[in-house]
Amino acid sequence: MSSGGDVKDQETKTPLLETRGLTKIFGSLRACDGIDLAIAPGEVHALLGENGAGKSTLVKMLFGVLDPSGGQILWKGKPVSIGSPGQARATGIGMVFQHFSLFEALTVAENIALALDGNVPIDRISEEARRLSLEYGLPLDPSAHVADLSVGERQRIEIVRALLQNPELIILDEPTSVLTPQEADKLFETLAKLKAEGRSVLYISHRLEEVQRICDRATVLRHGKVTGACDPRQETPSSLARMMVGGEVAQISGAGLGKPGKLLIEVKDLSAPARSPFAVTLSGINLSVQAGEVVAIAGVAGNGQSELFDVLSGEDLVSDAEAIRISGQAVGRKGITERRLMGCGFVPEERHGHAAVTEMPLTANLVLSRHTSDRSAFLSGGPMGLINTEAVAMAAKRICGVMDVRKSGDDPAAGSLSGGNLQKFIVGRELDRQPIVLVVNQPTWGVDAGAASRIRQALIDLAKSGSAVVVISQDLDEVFEIASRIAVINEGRLSAPQPAASMTRERIGLLMGGFHDGTGEADAEALHAH
Amino acid sequence: MRIELKKRDSLSSLFSILSPFIALGLTLIAGVILFLFLGKDPVKALYSFFIEPLTEVWSLHELAIKAAPLILIAVGLSVCYRSNNWNIGAEGQFIIGALVGSVLPVVFHGWESPLVLPLMLIFAMIGGAAYAAIPAFLKARLNTNEILTSLMLVYVAQLLLDWTVRGPWRNPEGFNFPETRNFGDYAVLPRIIETGKAHWGFGFALIAALVLWFVMRRTLKGFEITVLGQSARAGRFAGFSDKKMVYFAFLLSGALAGLAGISEVSGAIGQLRPVISPGYGFTAIIVAFLGRLNPLGIVAAGLILALTYLGGEAAQISIGITDKVTRLFQGLLLFFVLGCDTLIHYRIRLVLGTAHKGSAA
Repeated sequence: MSSGGDVKDQETKTPLLETRGLTKIFGSLRACDGIDLAIAPGEVHALLGENGAGKSTLVKMLFGVLDPSGGQILWKGKPVSIGSPGQARATGIGMVFQHFSLFEALTVAENIALALDGNVPIDRISEEARRLSLEYGLPLDPSAHVADLSVGERQRIEIVRALLQNPELIILDEPTSVLTPQEADKLFETLAKLKAEGRSVLYISHRLEEVQRICDRATVLRHGKVTGACDPRQETPSSLARMMVGGEVAQISGAGLGKPGKLLIEVKDLSAPARSPFAVTLSGINLSVQAGEVVAIAGVAGNGQSELFDVLSGEDLVSDAEAIRISGQAVGRKGITERRLMGCGFVPEERHGHAAVTEMPLTANLVLSRHTSDRSAFLSGGPMGLINTEAVAMAAKRICGVMDVRKSGDDPAAGSLSGGNLQKFIVGRELDRQPIVLVVNQPTWGVDAGAASRIRQALIDLAKSGSAVVVISQDLDEVFEIASRIAVINEGRLSAPQPAASMTRERIGLLMGGFHDGTGEADAEALHAH
Repeated sequence: MRIELKKRDSLSSLFSILSPFIALGLTLIAGVILFLFLGKDPVKALYSFFIEPLTEVWSLHELAIKAAPLILIAVGLSVCYRSNNWNIGAEGQFIIGALVGSVLPVVFHGWESPLVLPLMLIFAMIGGAAYAAIPAFLKARLNTNEILTSLMLVYVAQLLLDWTVRGPWRNPEGFNFPETRNFGDYAVLPRIIETGKAHWGFGFALIAALVLWFVMRRTLKGFEITVLGQSARAGRFAGFSDKKMVYFAFLLSGALAGLAGISEVSGAIGQLRPVISPGYGFTAIIVAFLGRLNPLGIVAAGLILALTYLGGEAAQISIGITDKVTRLFQGLLLFFVLGCDTLIHYRIRLVLGTAHKGSAA
């Protein structure tokens, strides 16, 4: 895979795709500001940048989803205008989106047919798809229903769908964020094959190690501008991170996590049936978390993480009140408000429309989770429940200060903040209460490196101050960075939490794939060991 | 070729405020075209439709009488719509409210006491709320579409009123006319001022609008209504119950519609008849949207829609056109309000050819 020596050769050739001064303006925001980018034929080119750096905007212009406000796109040296995804495909550009656009009730072949231009008989599509998937090592059954497939398999559909158009450039948007390490390795093999055939790949990622492993060149964006173009293999992760965030990323320090104290969360034989045909059934979950520790729950998306979060938070009640105990009290039948009153805080995965109401200002979103737990501070007028706007605004300001939330205006709508800043606010909203128990689902999903390290440090600091923290995360780097103990969730079952020091990526990878090495007894043993 | 609506990147706050006024202007222009086609002088026609009713004191009282039920119903509906509950059956709740509220003066007409009137109002509110509880229960329990159930219950209510007035409650001294007894003095809603006909229904409407405006703006309950309307998931995260909100919104709007019903019957008509509403419950939907679902905006919108009722009657007399024009103007107004709102949020894009967007996210 090494091609470091080719870099110079490639630069002298006409680039496959080049942008000159490509600009996109939304209102007063210059999302992309004079971007120069050149992708040589047969190279894997990384596009790095924090959230809100302009990566998606740039890619959307290349794929014809957005019209550029200025600048040029050149394809093989000739200026082109790409007005629609159809035109992009006709030009030779294929794209695999981060959030899959698949219909769960349809088969693989039907989903592929939907994205094709023109009328191609479905049998021929199946055949083509089968052939391609074998050729590129992406095993796929064209007649399977998407609902039955794993996330990795779904991604393969998207890749095969893009390959069917025989593209010369394939754009992959954060492809490994949903994969196990083993699945990611498979994907890298496919990319190597594509490259060997002379196709180019534009690879968008946050994961610096990955970029170093598979990419020939990298272009780094910050605030809509190109801040660096380099050979990632010549750089260190920290020098790449510096280019992305424009400063040193704070190192997370887990030092000072003392001896675990009082048992705060106790989940015993928790089972919950699936709420919908596409949800996951939780079965036989055991978990104990003590004061002063961070327990991380790793796992590939869609294995019951959100279901587990919902029963821990009390958004969904379980039939057995005793199945969940917080500070010794059975809370299985108690709702989220009552659990908050006991000192719990919760941060769900989805920021928009779950943790926050996008259309409402930050102050209103502060009231959202704290109207009852901070009743005395935020409400007045007794039973009338008048919202004390001044006190709320003060608290919102305090949170924005502590968490370094960057925003435009005093009290902007939550939806106008970038993902990282909104997440800092949402985490800060709970930390501000000093919860004794905090349950967080995907704390840094889609969040830039600077914000992510801040959030992780805040979670560790909370545990240090004597709270119990549960972090559900797909990001193994994060899991290893912050966890005292690690458990893995797979198809609604949870492995016994093990001390982080004794866990390896390989073991987690196996557990993620469903190879449980622990039984119920082993779970219990692990508990007593603490 | 096809037409697409594309969401605008930024919203113009100026146009969001102007939207109802633009809609009014467009309605008037459409009115001019309509009258030209009917062969009437559009200036004279519009004058008699929209201006003339405002020039006399008695017709201002009429305006308040017509606006009262519209505002009262619409402020209730605004809470429903803000919380994402689509109660289309206020007309039915209005009728059932009037019917239940009339039990005392019709069945127990001999009982004369100052208690009668307050009890009638309470009965009416309970009746309207109970009738609205049916679609609420069906939605919360069985997940039925409340638009359909609440709408269908309107026809049930209309037929029930018709049967009651022609059957068991027909006035025994009424020469077989399909009417109930006239309400006794104790059962009549008093006038606001002695010199005009406007009754206390208008006062109730203003009080309801002010109270709900305050609730929506300042209190946790108002916050809960807005949050659940914007995102049920975020509402659950906040610890609010979307099921309870279904009941709250329907019961509140049903109670206010019922209060509007008894106010109309007791204050303006004085007895029950087979038809007691010229479609107030439906027109109130227009009022709610024209008033931007804001209780104070609804007061203004209610007065404007009330004017179309008066204008229809006036135009019928002075220029001899059918009073169906009233419904036409109301329809046009709703059409233009929704049209303006859509175009403020989206822009129209013509897509030539058949290229489709495929998997564009």
